[in-house]
Amino acid sequence: MTFVDLHRPLRRFSTRRRREALIGYAFILPPLLVFSVFTFYPFLHNFKQALYETPPFPNQPSRYVGLHQAGHVLSSSQFLQSLTSTILFTLIVVPLGLFAGLLLAVAAHRRLRGIGIYRTIFSSTVVTSVAIAAVIFGTFMDPVVGLLPWLGINTSPPLLENPTWALLAVALVTVWQGLGLSFIIMSAGLQSVPDDVLEAAEIDGASPAARFWHVTVPLLSPILFFALVIGTISAFQSFGQIDLLTGANSAYLHTDVLTYLIYQNIQGQAPNPGTASVLSIALFVMTLMLTLIQLRFVELRVHYAQ
Amino acid sequence: MLSVLTLIVLIPLYVTVVNSLLQPSLIAHQPPPLFPVHPVWNAYSTAWTQGDLGIYLRNSAIATAIIVSGQLLTTIFAAYAFAYLAFPFKRTLFVVFLSTMMIPFEVTLVSNLATVTQLGWYNTFAGLTVPFLATGFGTFLLRQSFLQLPGDLREAAQLDGYGHIRFLFRIALPLARPTVAALAVFSFLGAWNQYLWPLVVTGDNNAIRTVQIGLKQLQATQANQVNVTLAGTIIAAAPLLVLLIVFQKQLVRGLTAGAVK
Repeated sequence: MTFVDLHRPLRRFSTRRRREALIGYAFILPPLLVFSVFTFYPFLHNFKQALYETPPFPNQPSRYVGLHQAGHVLSSSQFLQSLTSTILFTLIVVPLGLFAGLLLAVAAHRRLRGIGIYRTIFSSTVVTSVAIAAVIFGTFMDPVVGLLPWLGINTSPPLLENPTWALLAVALVTVWQGLGLSFIIMSAGLQSVPDDVLEAAEIDGASPAARFWHVTVPLLSPILFFALVIGTISAFQSFGQIDLLTGANSAYLHTDVLTYLIYQNIQGQAPNPGTASVLSIALFVMTLMLTLIQLRFVELRVHYAQ
Repeated sequence: MLSVLTLIVLIPLYVTVVNSLLQPSLIAHQPPPLFPVHPVWNAYSTAWTQGDLGIYLRNSAIATAIIVSGQLLTTIFAAYAFAYLAFPFKRTLFVVFLSTMMIPFEVTLVSNLATVTQLGWYNTFAGLTVPFLATGFGTFLLRQSFLQLPGDLREAAQLDGYGHIRFLFRIALPLARPTVAALAVFSFLGAWNQYLWPLVVTGDNNAIRTVQIGLKQLQATQANQVNVTLAGTIIAAAPLLVLLIVFQKQLVRGLTAGAVK
């Protein structure tokens, strides 16, 4: 009798464990499946496809060329220009976006009546997509029906057809579209800055500027860092506004960021999956490197609360 | 200061609304009118009918509904598993989920288009939505939320005879509602505003064309009819504006979830 009793609880325990494991696997299977098919497989497939050159004629088989294609693409003037455009674009968009968001957040961080309305207004661009912003500003910058002549901006050729100014124009549109998100993030950060520290500084006789730079900014640095990383990754992935504002002329106008170059190699007159794969890997490496660099060098200067 | 900043943020939107209501003859007028004295509303109906915006809004709504509900479902179950269940390789699998956040979508674009085409999903809602039915970030956040619930909650429920599903839907989820709401809003925003993938997966007809791509179409076909194009952007932004006003708190929480501990 005791023999049977000793065994029964043990068996139930391991069956329950096995049942729980099965349920666990069942619960994570659907997303895992989606990730495997649409994230991991395509990512890895890039490495294979980069080694094959596909001729521009339809239905011709691709031939193995090894790293020759990668070398060719990465040293091409097209790629180098795209890289420059992407970096320049990021250098304009990210700092401006951070600064503008911070400015808006500081301005709205007051206990006034009705401040909520201002906060809603400042967040409002978060509902605009890059497509909406691009169409709106594209219309404003149109040489025929636009607003620029009224503002006194009469470049020749017009802004969005001008290789010198097009990138700046597209960058500014991007900054405007991102104001809402930047404001929301900076506001959240400001709200976590404890008031008593600021009051103590004020009592100690620190001026508003000194309080800002020596108290608020260090306490905000984790949020600033987060926004920096997110902002950089997002800038690297910009596409919609380039497609809508400069479109097929992007190469000539120096606005052909990496994502746009990839798109051109997928859909366009001459789809080239081999080149697109090489470019995709380059984009991944660049994004990863930039994030790691930021983690390594910038995070050192971030003050985390003790 | 507040007013200056408000102007900078709002002027483009204000000018857009003004221009969408102008009589066509006034559009390229210099200096541009600052207020539509005789507002003309047919730009909106033109955008709706000739620009097919009604169809595009419907397509966006369908695609967004599929993506949001899909993401919520997969995330809820996966986060629950990672927070409350024990299974071999759980930690490794969680890292696998997190690693998807490191791979930007643009990097997988080339092969995904080929995969979707091979599955016969080109120009279908399946092709438009299935690649986005899971989110590593969402799983991470919701797991975090579940882990912050009192530890003995699960044991107490077990003693009361609650199975996993009942515990998940009757106890854990209602307690984690703020996070779920935030995820839903964040997901909605992302899905509605998507541009690159819909552009690549949409064919030459209106079967799945979403409102973002519809705007591109509108801009091309209505070239100088600035009032119609701008009316189109207002129509496209309107649903999200409603979302912002009604769900502002959840929106903010969703967007700042990774930032503030």
